[in-house]
Amino acid sequence: MDQVFDKLAEIVGKEYVSNRSEELFIYSRDMGTMPPHKPDYIVLPASTSEVQKVILLANQEKIPVVPMGGGLVLSALTVPLKGGIVLDMKRMHHILEVNAQNRYAIVEAGTPQGRLQAHLQKKYPHLKHSIPDAPPMATIAGNILIHGSGHLSQATGFHSEMLNGLEVVLPTGEICRIGSCSTSPYWFSRAPLPDLAGLFIGWFGTTGVITKLAIKLYPRPALKDVLVFVTEEADIIPDILLKIVDTEMAEDLVVVASEYPSWTRDLQLTMINITANSDAEMNFKQGIIRECLHSYAKDKSGGFIDMPLMMKGVLLETPMRTVTRFADAREGGGFEYVGAIMPVGLFPQAYQAGVEIAARHELPYSMVIRVIGRCHSLMFAYGYPFNRGDSDDVEKARQALHDSNLASLEIGAIPWKTEEPGQQLIIKQMDPETLALMNRVRSLLDPNGIMNPGNWEEK
Amino acid sequence: MEYEDLIHRCFRCGYCKFTKDYGDFNCPSYRKFGFETYSPGGRMWLLRGWLEGEIPGTADLAGIFYSCASCGNCRERCVMNFREDLVDIFTAARTEFVEKGLTPPAVRDYFRNIQLSGNPYKLPQDKRGEWAAGLEIKPFKGQEYLFYAGCLGSYDDKGKEIAQKVAALLIGAGFDIGILGNEEHCDGNDVKVMGEAGLFQLLAEKNIAKFRDAGVHKIITLSPHSYNVFKNDYPNDQGAFTVMHYTQAVSAALEEGRVSFGELDTKVTYHDPCYLGRHNEEYESPRKILSSIPGLSLIEMERNSQDSACCGGGGGNVFTDILGGGPESPARVRVREAAATGAEILAVACPACARMLEDALKAEEGLEKRLRVLDIAEIADRAGINQKA
Repeated sequence: MDQVFDKLAEIVGKEYVSNRSEELFIYSRDMGTMPPHKPDYIVLPASTSEVQKVILLANQEKIPVVPMGGGLVLSALTVPLKGGIVLDMKRMHHILEVNAQNRYAIVEAGTPQGRLQAHLQKKYPHLKHSIPDAPPMATIAGNILIHGSGHLSQATGFHSEMLNGLEVVLPTGEICRIGSCSTSPYWFSRAPLPDLAGLFIGWFGTTGVITKLAIKLYPRPALKDVLVFVTEEADIIPDILLKIVDTEMAEDLVVVASEYPSWTRDLQLTMINITANSDAEMNFKQGIIRECLHSYAKDKSGGFIDMPLMMKGVLLETPMRTVTRFADAREGGGFEYVGAIMPVGLFPQAYQAGVEIAARHELPYSMVIRVIGRCHSLMFAYGYPFNRGDSDDVEKARQALHDSNLASLEIGAIPWKTEEPGQQLIIKQMDPETLALMNRVRSLLDPNGIMNPGNWEEK
Repeated sequence: MEYEDLIHRCFRCGYCKFTKDYGDFNCPSYRKFGFETYSPGGRMWLLRGWLEGEIPGTADLAGIFYSCASCGNCRERCVMNFREDLVDIFTAARTEFVEKGLTPPAVRDYFRNIQLSGNPYKLPQDKRGEWAAGLEIKPFKGQEYLFYAGCLGSYDDKGKEIAQKVAALLIGAGFDIGILGNEEHCDGNDVKVMGEAGLFQLLAEKNIAKFRDAGVHKIITLSPHSYNVFKNDYPNDQGAFTVMHYTQAVSAALEEGRVSFGELDTKVTYHDPCYLGRHNEEYESPRKILSSIPGLSLIEMERNSQDSACCGGGGGNVFTDILGGGPESPARVRVREAAATGAEILAVACPACARMLEDALKAEEGLEKRLRVLDIAEIADRAGINQKA
């Protein structure tokens, strides 16, 4: 008799807990290059109360708990490094409220991005939320908790900055509300209270289980278009980005540098997404953006390129399905990237490092860089497709990812949502007092050390 | 295993779980069970794990593969280049389970019944044509069309009622039809999908020989399953026969002005069968028939056409029930979705869907008073069929 299994079954129902070899296999791995680690149980809770009961049981039994959203982080943050319970949150996928006037939505933590996207399109077509280029299965909560970014990040910052408040089950089982919802019936802001959301964002599920959250909604203009500016001088990219951002005319701003297709080799393509409510507004905005880069066009160091409508459609799609297709670029179904968060001025060094690392590992380079918060930072992704069926190729990609982490830290960037070995590199470079504070906070919140152990832990 | 060179290419991105707008999960087994293992991507990874010896071949593993309803939603929504092969990959996996003797008992019994009795119900072959007793319909003797009833139309109570109404509708629409009656054989669609390649081949050979001997050139089927397998999987040298689903035949008759319907004041929502819709892209003919009935108001469910929800009966589940019941079973979710439209009739064009949805309706408290499951031919019968000269 497995008493833990029986107790979990009492909490969530027998059909929503498993310790069968099939589920243990699937939940022991993600799509990236990290090795698998088997959980002991997979549990699918349907409510905050069920999550609370699981956490209380885990404390009693001293079993690790790993919360999981879409499971699409690629860097194994939901792989249970020390076994235990994987808490797959996707049965909690309900949209609880859209407050159109006050511009926020409250969702359960397992709500996929796609579900909110479709709901808003149908019921509130004048509103949208910021959508990452991850597949629609990525959860809103998961993306916010890793400091994700998306189509509105140029204008409004990291997705974590779009968080208004949350409900969390603490590692000791208390249910706690953070932000205005702790004091008011409205989930409109984290200010003016002490910002306790920081206890949960960026911690990779080591400080609690988020069960509900509210995010900001933004207007959805009727029209969208994309301009593409091309250069082969990486050194001028920061200035190009700043010039565009300073016009206040672009919604999203992404630079792509890839060897695929072959004609783009050595080029940097800046995709400038523009939205408007009328043709006149669109033409005006495009005119201003073209004008701001006029000097580069004039001295022939760059220029706008035309694109067929089909290609524009691909670039304007949300989320972009082509990003997922890239996983099979080498007919191997594998893909992982290092997303390094960095100031805009580091672009040239980061680009050069990306080209060199790829060449060193005999891999094609592929870099996608999103502007965050009006050029206050960049999310610089070094992507490596690999053949899942070839263990040597997987290892090659893993090494390239490791080198990208090292190179990022060396130039002053910080790897984003990084896997456990990358976390060790960050910890090594981190101010010791910062690490000590992190450890104190964690010990205070999670005295039994049950929450996603193995992450953010100094080896 | 066939397609073995493709299975490592699934990224498990999860597009396959969704409707087109990502607003809902539309993989019947993932929606019901919730574990990643029951999603198409989960199956791809499990299959690879099994073939490479990382996980054992267990009854649970076989159950995961046989709970797939072969509805084709994954093929519709997958973003990868191998999307067209997805449904066939899962069929090939089930063939592996058959060859390794790992089929669940319900599947084993289904194959045995087909092999020994020629139908899933273990009923005698000489009862196969009984559904047509007392009807105007004649045995096939060189008529222009063969009307093929299939196992559900020949043996299942609801299926037999539908077969009778479809035959009447076809005759009313001026089609010169005959049936094979006791000489008809199982079409083998579900046998094939469940992975018994040898038994499927035997059934296909028997049917083709029968068609050839009887001089059949044009077939109208009751079931989209039969339509699918005759059209896409039977060897059909030099186009020896053509095949239509009955809704396509009636739709053509409507277009030619050969038939019309009397008035029926009712609200109807239509459930697309997977083997007519996603597998064969026929969405218009059934709607055309319903829309031609004066007084009938056709309301669409949220999930319709390419995004239609599966009733859960595909992949042999109408016989094996491995996908299982309960409030979250695909059929019960579907009848609740139909009732939410305010429709009085849930229209179907497949006897398997009819069986699944009618059973689901009985399990939903209070819904039976508000909603009925009727085949399009039954609705046409209620409206009244007017044959034109």
